[in-house]
Amino acid sequence: MRLSSYQTGGFYDEMFAADDQPRPQARLLLDTIDSLPEGQLLRCKMAAERLLLQMGITFNVYADSAGTERIFPFDLVPRIVPAEEWTWVERGLRQRIHALNAFIDDIYHDQKILKDGVIPAEVVRSAASYRPQCQGLNPPRGIWCHIAGIDLVRDRDGQIYVLEDNLRVPSGVSYVLENREVLKRTFPQVFEGLAIRPVNEYPSRLLEMLESLAPPGLPQTRTVVLTPGAYNSAYFEHSFLAQQMGLQLVEGRDLVVSRGAVFTRTTKGLQRVDVIYRRIDDDFLDPEAFRADSLLGVPGLLAAYRSGAVALANAPGNGVADDKVVYTYVPDIVRYYEGADPILPNVPTYMCWKGSDRNHVLDNLEKLVVKAANESGGYGMLVGPASTAAQREEFAAKIQANPRNYIAQPTLSLSRVPTIIDDRFEGRHVDLRPYVLYGKDIYVLPGGLTRVALRKGSLVVNSSQGGGSKDTWVLARPVNGHPVPAGGQQ
Amino acid sequence: MNANPLLSRVADSLYWIGRYIERADNVARFAGVNLQMMLDLPAESAGQWQALVATSGDNQVFHERYGAATQENVIRFLVFDRENPNSIAVCVNVARENARSVRDTVSSEMWEQVNRMYLWINASPSRLQADALPEFFQRVRMECHLFQGLTDGTMSHNEAWNFLRLGRKLERADKTSRILDVKYYMLLPSVADIGTPYDDVQWSAVLKSVSGFEMYRKRFGLISPDRIVEFLLMDREFPRAIHYCINCADECLHAITGTPAGSFSCASEQRLGLLRSELHYTHTKSILASGLHEFLDALQVRMNRIDTAILEDFFEVRQDVMVAVRGMDFGQR
Repeated sequence: MRLSSYQTGGFYDEMFAADDQPRPQARLLLDTIDSLPEGQLLRCKMAAERLLLQMGITFNVYADSAGTERIFPFDLVPRIVPAEEWTWVERGLRQRIHALNAFIDDIYHDQKILKDGVIPAEVVRSAASYRPQCQGLNPPRGIWCHIAGIDLVRDRDGQIYVLEDNLRVPSGVSYVLENREVLKRTFPQVFEGLAIRPVNEYPSRLLEMLESLAPPGLPQTRTVVLTPGAYNSAYFEHSFLAQQMGLQLVEGRDLVVSRGAVFTRTTKGLQRVDVIYRRIDDDFLDPEAFRADSLLGVPGLLAAYRSGAVALANAPGNGVADDKVVYTYVPDIVRYYEGADPILPNVPTYMCWKGSDRNHVLDNLEKLVVKAANESGGYGMLVGPASTAAQREEFAAKIQANPRNYIAQPTLSLSRVPTIIDDRFEGRHVDLRPYVLYGKDIYVLPGGLTRVALRKGSLVVNSSQGGGSKDTWVLARPVNGHPVPAGGQQ
Repeated sequence: MNANPLLSRVADSLYWIGRYIERADNVARFAGVNLQMMLDLPAESAGQWQALVATSGDNQVFHERYGAATQENVIRFLVFDRENPNSIAVCVNVARENARSVRDTVSSEMWEQVNRMYLWINASPSRLQADALPEFFQRVRMECHLFQGLTDGTMSHNEAWNFLRLGRKLERADKTSRILDVKYYMLLPSVADIGTPYDDVQWSAVLKSVSGFEMYRKRFGLISPDRIVEFLLMDREFPRAIHYCINCADECLHAITGTPAGSFSCASEQRLGLLRSELHYTHTKSILASGLHEFLDALQVRMNRIDTAILEDFFEVRQDVMVAVRGMDFGQR
C-alpha cells in the first residue's frame, strides 16, 4: 500500500497540492506511511477497530433494531492542519461565538438587533428553536452557548467556510479524544518527529468552565452530567465525559426539584446539585416548561434555573442562533455586535421564505444542497447532484408547503484526505468540527473532529449516514517555507 | 462521610452487576464440574443433569420448554438460552447493560472486561461441540474472575465498590446453599453407593463445584457428608462458604451505612446482622439433627428478605431524607 499512486482527482486535497506533490506539512507523515512494511497499515487498522469495539466506543443507530451498536469507523490517516491556518481559524471561531452569544442574550432581552432592522423579527420568531419561555432569563455571566461545535468545510478553491453552527447539544468531542488515544496505541510510528498539539486537556477545560457557572460563595459545588440514558446515540460520549471529569452521570429520573432547588436521589437521600451539563434537548428538558410528554426530563427544572438555584449548560433557548435561516444572517450578526467583518465566511445561502430565492432554488434543485432549517445529523437533506427526479419533486413540494423551514446552498466540492479503502488509498471528502468552550474566557480545542464521508463521492459525513472520522493534527510549529494557505489570507 | 453519595439507580446497577457476574461464574462452575463428573459415573447416572437444573431454581421453566434433562438440553438452557433469565449469556448481557449505564462509576478496565466477555459470548456458536465445552466453562469462570480482580484492583474501595461486593457475596451464599441443598438430598439416600468410589466421586464434585475440594482436604481430610456440610455452611475462612459470604456482606453493608459493627440503622442491616449472629452461634450438628433442607430453605427465605430490604433501603427513592452536606442547602440562597 503506497501513497505514490494516490490520485487527487482534481479536488482540493488536504495532503497533496497535486498528484505526487505532498503539501509541506504532510511530507513527513507520508514518508513514514510509505516506508512501512507491506501489510502493516492494514494490521494497524484491524487492531484499531478491535480496540474500539472492546473499549465499547460505539454509537446507537435508531432505525436499526438488530445490531444497534456500531463503532464509528475510524480512518488511520490523520488530517493535518498547519499552525498558521489554525491560528486564523481559532480567531474566527472566537469572534463568531462571542457574537452569537451576544445575539442570543439580545434576543431574550431587548431585541435591539430586531429593532434596528438587521434581521427581520419574523425570522427569529418563526425559528422552531426559539423559546419564548426563556425571555428575560439571565444565565450566569450572560453566557448562553457554553459548548459549541462549529462545522467548517473547505471548497475546491481552498477557502474555508462555516457550514453550520451547533450550539444546542453538539456531540463528537469524545471521538476527538479517543481517536488520538487509539492512534497512539495502534500506530505510534506516525507521531515521530512531529510536534502535534495535544487534545487531552479538554475534559479539564470543560470541568473548569462548568464549575465557573456555579452560584458564587459555595464551599463546594456539585456538577453533574445529564444524559437521556444508555439508549441515546451519544451515550458513550456522555459517560466518557462524565468519567473524564469525575462527575456523576445522571438521568432525568435521578433528579428531582424540591423547594425550588435541584437534587439527586442517592442511597443516602436527596443531595443538592449546582451545575448541570445537560445533554438533553430543550424540548425534553422539563415537561412543565417544554414538551409535556417528555419522560426524560425533570419537572420544575426550568423554574429552578430561572431563579438561579441551578446553572445549565448549554442554556435553554440558545438554539435560536443555530437555526439554519438565522445562520444566513450570522455575518450581519458579527458586524452588528463585534463592529468588524467576520473572519470566517458563511457559505452563500438561499432562504426559501424569500420569493426570489425560492424560485431560484426550485429552478436549480439538481445543483443545490437543500436543508431543513431545524434538522441536524444529516437528516432532512437533499444533495441535488446525487438526487433522483422523484426526490427533487418531493423536496420541491416540501419547500412550497413550508418555505420557512428550508434553505439551500451551492453544492460545495468539499476537500479530500487520503483514506484507506479496502487495500489502497482513495480520496474522501471531509469536514471539520472544532469545539469551543465559553466560560470565564473562550477556549478552542486545537483541531476538532474530522468527519469523513466513506462512500465514494459522498458529501454527507454524518455518522448516521455512513460517515467515519479521522484524527486531526494541529501542528504546534509553522512548517518552514510553507506559505499561509488560501483560507488564511483574508 | 463521602461528599458524593451514590445515585440510587447506580447503586442498584452495581449490586446487580455483582450478582450477575457471580451467577454466570457459578453456572459455568456447576456445569463444568458436572460434565467432568459424568465421565466417572456409570451411563445410567443421567439424573445428575436434572440436579443441575434444580440447582438453578428454574425447574419448571426448563421442563415446559425442553422436557428431558439430557446433557445437550441442560447445557443449551444454562448457557445460551436467551429466554432463561439465568443463563450465562443472559447474565453476561444484563451485567454488561448495567455496566454500560454506570460507565462513569466503574473503572474503564472493568467496563472493557465485561464488554469483552459480552462480545466473546455473543460471537460463540450457540451449539458448542461436546469437546469444546470444558474449555468454554473454564474460560467463562476465568473471565468472571478477571472482572472480580479488576473490580478489586482498579476501583476505589468506596460505596460503589461495596454495593458491587454486596451483590457478589449474597449471590455466592445463595448459590452455595442451593448446590448443598440439591446435592445433599440426592446423594444421601443412595445407601447402596455409600463407601463405593462413586460416592466419593460425587461428593468430591460438590466440593469442586465451589472450588472447595483442596481446601476441604486441608481442613478435614477424608470425604464425609457431614463435614462437607460443616465446611460449605459454617467455614469462616473458605471464600465460598455461606458463613464467610454472609460475614463479608454484613461488612459491606456497614461500610455503606457507616453504622458501627454489631448495631443497625436500617432493615437490611438488621436482617443481615441477625443471620450473621445465628451462623456465629449455631452447631452444624444441631442443623443436621433438625433437618438440613429445612435450615437451607429458611436461609433462602431470609436471604430473599435481605435482598428486598436492600432494595427498599437504598434503591428506592426516599424523598424525605436530605443530605446535609453543606448545612445551608435550604433557604439561604
